[in-house]
Amino acid sequence: MKGWMGKFRALSLLGLLALVLAGCGRENLTALKPKGYGAETSLHLIILTTVVMSLVLLVVAIVYITVLIRFRKKKGKEDFIPKQVEGNRTLETVWTIIPIILLIIIAVPTTIATFDLASTKGEKDHLNVEVTGNQYWWHFNYKGEDIQTSQDLYVPTGEKVYLNMKSSDVIHSFWVPSIAGKMDVNPENENTMYIEVNEEGVYWGKCAEFCGPAHSLMDFKIIAVSPDKFDQWVSDMKDVDPDAVAGSKTAKEGEKLFQDNNCMGCHAVGSSPVQVGPNLTDFGNRTKVAGVLDNTKENVVDWIMDPDSIKPGNKMSGNYPELSKDEASKIADYLMELKPSKVTPESAGE
Amino acid sequence: MSIAATQKRGFGAVLWDYLTTVDHKKIAQLYLIAGGIFFLFGGIEAMLIRIQLIKPDNDFVSAGTYNELITMHGTTMIFLAAMPLIFALMNVAVPLQIGARDVAFPFLNSLGFWLFLFGGLILNCSWFLGGAPDSGWTGYAPLSTTSPGHGVDYYVIGLQIAGAGTLIGGINFLVTVVNMRAPGMTYMRMPLFTWAAFIASVLILFAFPALTVGLFLLMFDRMFDTAFFDVSLGGNTIVWQHLFWVFGHPEVYILILPLFGVFSDVFSTFAKKRLFGYTAMVFATILIAFLGFMVWAHHMFTVGLGPVANTIFSLATMAIAVPTGIKIFGWLATLWGGNITINSAMLWALGFIPSFTIGGMTGVMVATVAADYQYHDTYFVVAHFHYVIVGGTIFGIFAGLHYWWPKMFGRILHEGLGKLTFWTFFIGFHLTFFIQHFLGLMGMPRRYWVFHAGDHLETGNLISTIGALFMAFAVIVFVINVIVTARGPKAPDDPWDGRTLEWATASPPAHYNFKQTPLVRGLDPLWIEKMDGNGKITPAEPLGDIHMPNGSFLPFLFSLGLFISGFGFIYQTDNKAWLIVMIGGLAFSAAMMFVRSMKDDLGYHITKEELEREAD
Ligand code: HEM
Ligand SMILES: [Cu+2]
Repeated sequence: MKGWMGKFRALSLLGLLALVLAGCGRENLTALKPKGYGAETSLHLIILTTVVMSLVLLVVAIVYITVLIRFRKKKGKEDFIPKQVEGNRTLETVWTIIPIILLIIIAVPTTIATFDLASTKGEKDHLNVEVTGNQYWWHFNYKGEDIQTSQDLYVPTGEKVYLNMKSSDVIHSFWVPSIAGKMDVNPENENTMYIEVNEEGVYWGKCAEFCGPAHSLMDFKIIAVSPDKFDQWVSDMKDVDPDAVAGSKTAKEGEKLFQDNNCMGCHAVGSSPVQVGPNLTDFGNRTKVAGVLDNTKENVVDWIMDPDSIKPGNKMSGNYPELSKDEASKIADYLMELKPSKVTPESAGE
Repeated sequence: MSIAATQKRGFGAVLWDYLTTVDHKKIAQLYLIAGGIFFLFGGIEAMLIRIQLIKPDNDFVSAGTYNELITMHGTTMIFLAAMPLIFALMNVAVPLQIGARDVAFPFLNSLGFWLFLFGGLILNCSWFLGGAPDSGWTGYAPLSTTSPGHGVDYYVIGLQIAGAGTLIGGINFLVTVVNMRAPGMTYMRMPLFTWAAFIASVLILFAFPALTVGLFLLMFDRMFDTAFFDVSLGGNTIVWQHLFWVFGHPEVYILILPLFGVFSDVFSTFAKKRLFGYTAMVFATILIAFLGFMVWAHHMFTVGLGPVANTIFSLATMAIAVPTGIKIFGWLATLWGGNITINSAMLWALGFIPSFTIGGMTGVMVATVAADYQYHDTYFVVAHFHYVIVGGTIFGIFAGLHYWWPKMFGRILHEGLGKLTFWTFFIGFHLTFFIQHFLGLMGMPRRYWVFHAGDHLETGNLISTIGALFMAFAVIVFVINVIVTARGPKAPDDPWDGRTLEWATASPPAHYNFKQTPLVRGLDPLWIEKMDGNGKITPAEPLGDIHMPNGSFLPFLFSLGLFISGFGFIYQTDNKAWLIVMIGGLAFSAAMMFVRSMKDDLGYHITKEELEREAD
């Protein structure tokens, strides 16, 4: 008997310990500390169902442990033959009805939340962003604003933003755990969901639908800033002159290399629509290269020299002439100077 | 024709015997061995996955290899390990439990096995011939239609062949239960395991055709330039998901219901009580199966089907918790007031209750649509389905194996080793998967080759991997147990003081099972006879000649033809010369079918005199 209980206790202790060690996960990545409307709604249901279901588990556990203690074969009573009970109408009815009641308690708020999160009532009056999922990066087109970004999605806090999502290749899934639940990004139809972020901050997003070798590297960010800062960002992003950015000498050379080496075949700087590769207009302001590496010059050079070693299966590898380290370094200088706006992830508190 | 071929035979003779056998007990052994080996493959794949995830940004395996590993792990575990192991249990127990001499179609039984085996072999050949499938066991289009290389072709062909085997096996059990029951064995006197096997067979009959259709479309897209799933040419990728889950959801009930049956039998045997609320338990099983067909779209809550569809599928899914609850409480009530023996078989059954309850609990949680937007495709789901598949199906298979081992092999598995296996597996299982619920909520999506340092996912993943090592250890102990047991003492015919008919036969039973068909007088027929002081089943007929089917090599050859043809299908996209192999293989199989239908095979008789000469 002791063995059973002991092992159980040890197990749950270990689980708890691990939780304490890990907290509730990384701030702005975990669904357990919501910072947006969708994630809050989901968390309420998560808590409700956990409580209700734990109740069931508790009842099962009590009966189970009682059975194990009371009804094990006892010394001297090995040959005891228990009463062959057929069943018991009352008991059976009780354990049919109670679960039905518990399920109704869950079902009602579930239904309300489901319709709430799918509502498109305010779509016309709010910001709409066209989201395109690509192997293995994200493109954002601000509808009616002539603004294109990739990897980083800037949104104003406290406002609904409607995302109209479609894929250019296989199925992806847009997920920013601390802001909202996920929504698939399909090649054949546009799915719409809205997000509403409560606080300024940089929120980590992940692709949640298996989409190929670099599936686990398809990270992106939502950068939520106050409505004022957001307006500033919009106006900055609107008058980007793609030819007037490069300042330093190496950056100027980099810009030329960028144009001469077929980079422009896939990437755009400025407001041209979705391409084979990410739009690089505000590359210098991003916190990550390719969604996963810190935005340092070294990493940019590494990426340009051999993207496949960083994101296996990406569509950049092999599509441009081989570059020397020196050339890559100049291109990196150019790219890191692409900073059209003063509103950056830092201004969101990063 | 001699029935008692007990003299020592050479290896060749034994091999030939197994290649041509149509005896359900030997086919059970074949399923066990093949399924067991595939289980080890799937386990090795799981260990490699967990080693890759032992620390952040690990590069133990490449991204491509990782995707092959998860795909093959899932596919292998579901189709090549769990399913055949369930078929092993069904083959050993169902005919015996209903007092039959055999299954309805012994030839088809053997055909089903060989098709499954050759399908599984094709799938695993992919590892050595250019790369395994890499688009997940769910094979979602367009990732699967556009996956380069031949990996996914192996998936399509392998599953097509193995699936045909399963379908044939399922139909066979349906007919067996309908037609072969002994006199007095009414439906409402059948042991719960037989009931569950019966219902699972119905599910197989309706679910597998959907898979076949889906795989066919995928095959034509990949090999013959159709565009069912090509959006740019007017195709639709969501159709694959519907077809897959119309099969896939019932499939998980195919994987669990028979084991519910095992637990029911094990609990009542070792608590020495008849099953509590037998009728309710039967109807709960039927209800679960029925609802199992109605809820496929709960795998698709994030696809964008809209709130109406999502809500309907959510509520239907939650409803399954009710009959499942009935079953859990039925088992607890069976144990209540019993005289409980705890041995290895019973340990697995007892370990199942808390594990599966947690799995059921998270099942309702993931059925809650607006919460599932967070759980879906994360480690929470990985945790949930392992709690039900491992905590239910695998625990059940282990329970069933420990329980019926004496019937299968005439030996009892070693108790000490059995308990060691259980405890290390049980602890390892919870260590591995409990923490994954939190990993998922903390932002770890499913099928991730790496997670990043600083994402606070390190501790959880490390614990999970340590747990997996415990499970691997447990499985090794089980293998040792099997080897040790093979030299152990002979088992008695009825080692557990059983209640159902299989325990009224010898261990292992003669190849004709029952010398005289038993007469069934109620639920738990053997128990009734024991209580009445007979100790033996009353026969329903006088001793007479027994008709037995002949063995046949045709099922093996037929499946071999399809196996060869499979390679033709796969490689004809590279070089049309392979069309010869493709057509040649098919023609060979067709020829085998022709031989079968032309040749009169009436079987043979064991005469009354021979039976009388046998020691009683
Ligand atoms: C030794 C015990 C096992 C371990 C350690 C294990 C571990 C894992 C891991 C780590 C994954 C990948 C999760 C991901 O990244 O998405 C996985 C996936 C999976 N496992 Fe297991 N597993 C075990 C046993 C089983 C068994 C017994 C079954 C079924 C009978 C099973 C069925 C699956 C399925 C269907 C998948 C999904 C594969 C896919 O995403 O395509 N596993 N398992
Ligand atoms: Cu993706």
